[in-house]
Amino acid sequence: MNKKKQATEHIIHGIFLVLGLITVLCVLLITIYLVISGIPAIREIGLIPFLFGQTWESTATEAKFGILPFILTSVYGTAGAIVLGVPIGFFTAVYLSKVASPKVRHTLENAVSLLAGIPSVVYGLVGMMVLVPGIRKIFHVPDGASLLAAIIVLAIMILPSIIKVSITALDAVPKEYEDASLALGATPVETYFRVSAPAAKSGIAAAVVLGVGRAIGEAMAVMMVSGNAANMPSLFQSVRFLTTAVASEMSYSSGLQRQALFSIALVLFLFIMLINATLNFFLKRSKED
Amino acid sequence: MSTKRSAYIGIMRFLMWLCTGITAALVIFLLVYVLMQGFPNISWELLSTSPSYLSDRIGILPDILNTVYIVLATLIIIIPLGVGAAVYLTEYAANKKLVAVIEYAAETLSGIPSIIYGLVGMLIFSNNMGSCLMAGSLTLVIMNLPTIMRTTQESLKTVPQSYREGAFGLGAGKWRVIRTVVLPGCVDGVVTGCILTVGRILGESAALLYTAGFAHVLNGLFDGLTSPGATLTVALYVYAKEQGEFGVAFAIAAILMVLTVIINLAATIVGKYFAKRRSL
Amino acid sequence: MSNIITAQDLCLWYGQFQALKNINMNIPENSITALIGPSGCGKSTFLKTLNRMNDLVPGVKITGKVTFQDKDIFAKNQDVNDLRKEVGMVFQKPNPFPMSIYDNVAYGPRTHGITRRAELDEIVEKALRGAAIWDEVKDRLKKNALGMSGGQQQRLCIARALAVEPKVLLMDEPTSALDPISTSRIEELAMDLKSKYTIVIVTHNMQQAVRISDYTGFFLLGDLIEFGKTDEMFSQPRDKRTEDYITGRFG
Repeated sequence: MNKKKQATEHIIHGIFLVLGLITVLCVLLITIYLVISGIPAIREIGLIPFLFGQTWESTATEAKFGILPFILTSVYGTAGAIVLGVPIGFFTAVYLSKVASPKVRHTLENAVSLLAGIPSVVYGLVGMMVLVPGIRKIFHVPDGASLLAAIIVLAIMILPSIIKVSITALDAVPKEYEDASLALGATPVETYFRVSAPAAKSGIAAAVVLGVGRAIGEAMAVMMVSGNAANMPSLFQSVRFLTTAVASEMSYSSGLQRQALFSIALVLFLFIMLINATLNFFLKRSKED
Repeated sequence: MSTKRSAYIGIMRFLMWLCTGITAALVIFLLVYVLMQGFPNISWELLSTSPSYLSDRIGILPDILNTVYIVLATLIIIIPLGVGAAVYLTEYAANKKLVAVIEYAAETLSGIPSIIYGLVGMLIFSNNMGSCLMAGSLTLVIMNLPTIMRTTQESLKTVPQSYREGAFGLGAGKWRVIRTVVLPGCVDGVVTGCILTVGRILGESAALLYTAGFAHVLNGLFDGLTSPGATLTVALYVYAKEQGEFGVAFAIAAILMVLTVIINLAATIVGKYFAKRRSL
Repeated sequence: MSNIITAQDLCLWYGQFQALKNINMNIPENSITALIGPSGCGKSTFLKTLNRMNDLVPGVKITGKVTFQDKDIFAKNQDVNDLRKEVGMVFQKPNPFPMSIYDNVAYGPRTHGITRRAELDEIVEKALRGAAIWDEVKDRLKKNALGMSGGQQQRLCIARALAVEPKVLLMDEPTSALDPISTSRIEELAMDLKSKYTIVIVTHNMQQAVRISDYTGFFLLGDLIEFGKTDEMFSQPRDKRTEDYITGRFG
């Protein structure tokens, strides 16, 4: 009886161990699959021509596979979204964390959660129908589907992460700091921006990095508003991101072209891993503060 | 107070108002615009039929059903996996390094963009079982595992240590303690995790496009899981981007918007309910 | 000696609870006034009323009058930030900002509009010297203030308060979180500072009140039971309750 009971306990422990390790297995699986399927095309094309080639003509008879336009578009697009989204998110977070009445804060926090929950295709659709024609009319360009449209959509999409993580960081600032500042004759507003925000800087940095991760990984919304031509990035031109490069040709690709798409995914994956490492660094620091 | 100081305070206050205003206006605009564009296009026929080229008709019933199927399949698979992983971490794992590795892996998973999941899901699942809802569902399981794991873990941490000690003190084996004392305590975490997961599945498109495919065929649950099919979000994409059917796209967008509001409300209500119950 | 702060019939409520009842007190300039009494007696509440830090508590209601340099501090035209610049505060727990030592001290002057580097340098040095901590930190002004010991942090907080050149320094149990050696340094510092500043200190340590203060106020359940010269109060208390408290019979 006792032995049987012990054996059962061992088996159950084993089952839970496997379940516990499942995330690790998934990460390994994803990494291995991406590396194995991503390497061959890079080998064939060559690392330098692949990463720094300025032309992507995957279906031409004399096919060219340079992904610099995608890399730069992703970098510029993300940077633009950050430049636009971070200040809006930051000031909103300060207002909600420090100034707003509990009722206003509660309402707006729910609104921000809603913003986070809206599917990216809905952002894409609204972008297609409102933003793209708007840009065409306002800036008198032939087509509004452009890097600018993608930047605006991305800036809106990263707002919730930035606001939420910044609020958490600002809420965690010890009240003693703020009291000390007020007792020195600083006004509440001065206190929020000169003491609270600097004290929460690691958490706010984490919010920004999280926003970078979200922006660089977004595919569908960007695909619907950016026009999707493999141009070098320019604000009013149709562009293609790393994510959309993978998505847009996948359905009809084959051979080296298909393999090259996997290589793009690998590059994107490396970017994301780098961003995650940065994010963890800031999160850890903000916990220590 | 000096004018420079007053100006600084005034500008900062203005920026806070402006930015909060922008955020609020964005939410209101998105809600109102999508609902206004979408509702006129929603009809009983749209909701209750499948598309037919013969009668030049678009119906989204298959997409609705596909969404329901994929949500069900994903939850059925993900709950035991996620809860099991959480139980291992809080109840069994003694090795701190291993826990750190597992948690790091979970964080990594939640940082990977859905297009990568779509690609890997295609390589691992669809290339072996063909494009089908099941392949999409398995991809979503990997994607959402960290969420269920985290919410379950958090609720397990609130099960008082004294309950476990009490049960062990009565001579119960570990598995019995987990079954009788620990697992009942994590219901709130599982429910919260499921709501979040359903929300993410409803919104997901990039991970499904090349795993679950984009067919609009009416199927039962089991046929559905083994055949390709578009969920509502994928259907929205296809109708808007490839077919230019913006009316249908907005109708789907409005439905998704309403579902998003419901999911958010559900998450808040459930959170409040469990918080209240716990404080009793 | 003139009175720099006076309180007349001061009452304060937190919601329904009355924390201060008809307090009348005159605080003489360039002296140290100690406020003593058991926990929850209202001494900290009274202290925080003097620079209107209680304004920040939701549901607070104040009646009566407090004057600082013969001006009503609750008057409509009184800028609360100007008041706090004149009436500085040191808190119970050392609370330096998570910035460099220099930036901590320069925070107040910068807030009040001083931006010239040379001027700031001078103010920072003077304040740190005033708080008797200059020699310990002059070589690491750029280091984060959170790396200092608790006693050093508290003297830094005093320097930070001095840097805006207040007239009055309110100290809310400034040594309760410190070891005996740091405590005696703060006490010495307080006694040095009274030639230039007026100090009001809340303390739960009666020896401390005797050691450093010129005047003492004894609070009990929101009432000011007795106020007078410290040596007189401790040798011949007028009220039975004061006697019971200072002889350790309760509290």
